[in-house]
Amino acid sequence: MPVPLCSMHKIERTPRKETFVKQKIAELEEKARRLRVSIVKTLHKSQSGHTGGSLSAIDMICALYFHKLRHNPAEPAWDGRDRFVLSKGHAAPALYVTLAEAGYFPAEDLMMLRRLGSHLQGHPDSKGTPGVDVCTGSLGQGLSMANGMALGLRLDGKANRVYAVLGDGELQEGQVWEAAMAAGHYKSDNLCAMIDLNGLQIDGEVAKVMNVASVSDKFRSFGWNVIEIDGHDMGQIIEALDHAESHKGAPTAIVAKTVKGKGVNIFENKASYHGVTPNDEELPVALKCLGCCD
Amino acid sequence: MIATRDAYGETLAALGAENDRIVALDADLSGSTKTGVFAKKFPERFFNMGIAEANMVGTAAGLAAVGKIPFVSTFAIFAAGRAWEQIRQSVAYPKANVKIVATHGGVTVGEDGGSHQSVEDVAIMRAIPNMTVIVPADGEETKAAIRAVADYKGPVYVRLGRNKVASVFPEGHKFEIGKGNELVSGTDLTFITTGLMTAQAQIAAEKLKGEGISARVIHIGTIKPLDRELVLKAARETGAIVTGEEHSVVGGLGSAVAEVLSEECPTLLKRIGVLDRFGLSGKADELLKYFGLNAEALIEAGREIVSRKK
Repeated sequence: MPVPLCSMHKIERTPRKETFVKQKIAELEEKARRLRVSIVKTLHKSQSGHTGGSLSAIDMICALYFHKLRHNPAEPAWDGRDRFVLSKGHAAPALYVTLAEAGYFPAEDLMMLRRLGSHLQGHPDSKGTPGVDVCTGSLGQGLSMANGMALGLRLDGKANRVYAVLGDGELQEGQVWEAAMAAGHYKSDNLCAMIDLNGLQIDGEVAKVMNVASVSDKFRSFGWNVIEIDGHDMGQIIEALDHAESHKGAPTAIVAKTVKGKGVNIFENKASYHGVTPNDEELPVALKCLGCCD
Repeated sequence: MIATRDAYGETLAALGAENDRIVALDADLSGSTKTGVFAKKFPERFFNMGIAEANMVGTAAGLAAVGKIPFVSTFAIFAAGRAWEQIRQSVAYPKANVKIVATHGGVTVGEDGGSHQSVEDVAIMRAIPNMTVIVPADGEETKAAIRAVADYKGPVYVRLGRNKVASVFPEGHKFEIGKGNELVSGTDLTFITTGLMTAQAQIAAEKLKGEGISARVIHIGTIKPLDRELVLKAARETGAIVTGEEHSVVGGLGSAVAEVLSEECPTLLKRIGVLDRFGLSGKADELLKYFGLNAEALIEAGREIVSRKK
């Protein structure tokens, strides 16, 4: 049963705090808009990469990096950092623009995405990109690694947390459920999985290709704490992340309903934009949608 | 005589006491793989992942990413086979510091039959970039190899066996990754062998000596990276090579040696191994005889290859 978010977690609503939260949300929304612009420009330049799934996941990734994660872009290997695993590795552009915005590497690097000699590989590669801790791209493997990180950090008595973003098509991979079983079994409460439920995969609707519903019920049955949110509502995202951090005794899955291609109406809800990049005609339209004049 | 898996269990537990970064993972076979010895001493650092090898390998990659040194064990068929792509993507591609120590390699698994007898694991592990592949000959080499592997930073696949095997190396043997060992000197041919076939090669060399054939014996403990210099030296000095392994002739030690020889020093070569087929149920010694994985097969190949030189 979906549990309404407000009933599980109540932020103390003092007037000052309310104003602060509103401000924070507005800042994150503006940041996410700029990151969307950056995604579109990066993919227009590379002419290769995944547009739809980058735009659906960017609000969550933005909230993580600019609200939740303890990290230090000047020292990517800082021991005290929280960990992030982009299990849906094809959304690499969303991660790369975020890392560049945070200062892990110069924004100019984005223009070299997927080019020979660039550290920005088609899918995240920990060997070359500052701020990337594991290699992903072959779907279904990220949650296992995230849980391994969580187990290792707990073993060291560290309070650091691990976050993973998964796609909904990705949930068709059996390894995801092996990992869900293991994280539930080991009660990895320092682990939070965010599911980007955009409803589409390469061949069409997830529900038609291979139905994964009910995602929440599945995670719950493996012993997870589950929160359902709108994955584009910044207020809900940060509230869910705060709640996940305070929940003890079980890992948390934030099941986020999203729109593939979100923010650019010509890309929205189109499976065809899974692995297609904006062309010269689409670029100005997309930028206009995102509130850009240039 | 001890089984290489027993040497592993003992060494891993000893290493666990020396280095608290070492953790172990198993997939419901800790009694057989001998990670159970470690688990008993260090329960908080042992993770039974259930019968789910793909997730086990991914979890190990995550543990490595936060500074642990994970040893991952199950039978060779499940480690290399079931979790091949996880080993490729999550371990070898990022060069994660994960040690995959697979037991029950080859046909000496015995009665469980072909479904459980991995004759391809060395081939498929060897094909992965960044991967080091080790097949010890006996218990002493296993102990030394496991210590070397723990010190080495990067992914390693170690293949061990189920049964007790003859002793080849003395106590206190030092293992150097990438270095082979000349165990017997000889001038007419060279046996280049790995795993339990090395003890058989020593027997074969002794027998051939009585027939007036001088056979060199080289043990290759590290299949990848291969000790090319030692192989080429043997080829140049003896002019005939017989390889031996408890593995398919496709992709294993025989193939690795053939690759080096054919490009750098074409030499008469005979590969002794499983002839591109699956295993069978039976007793281990019966199976070794059935598949021609013994001193007799090496002796016959030795005689034949020396006669071809003339």
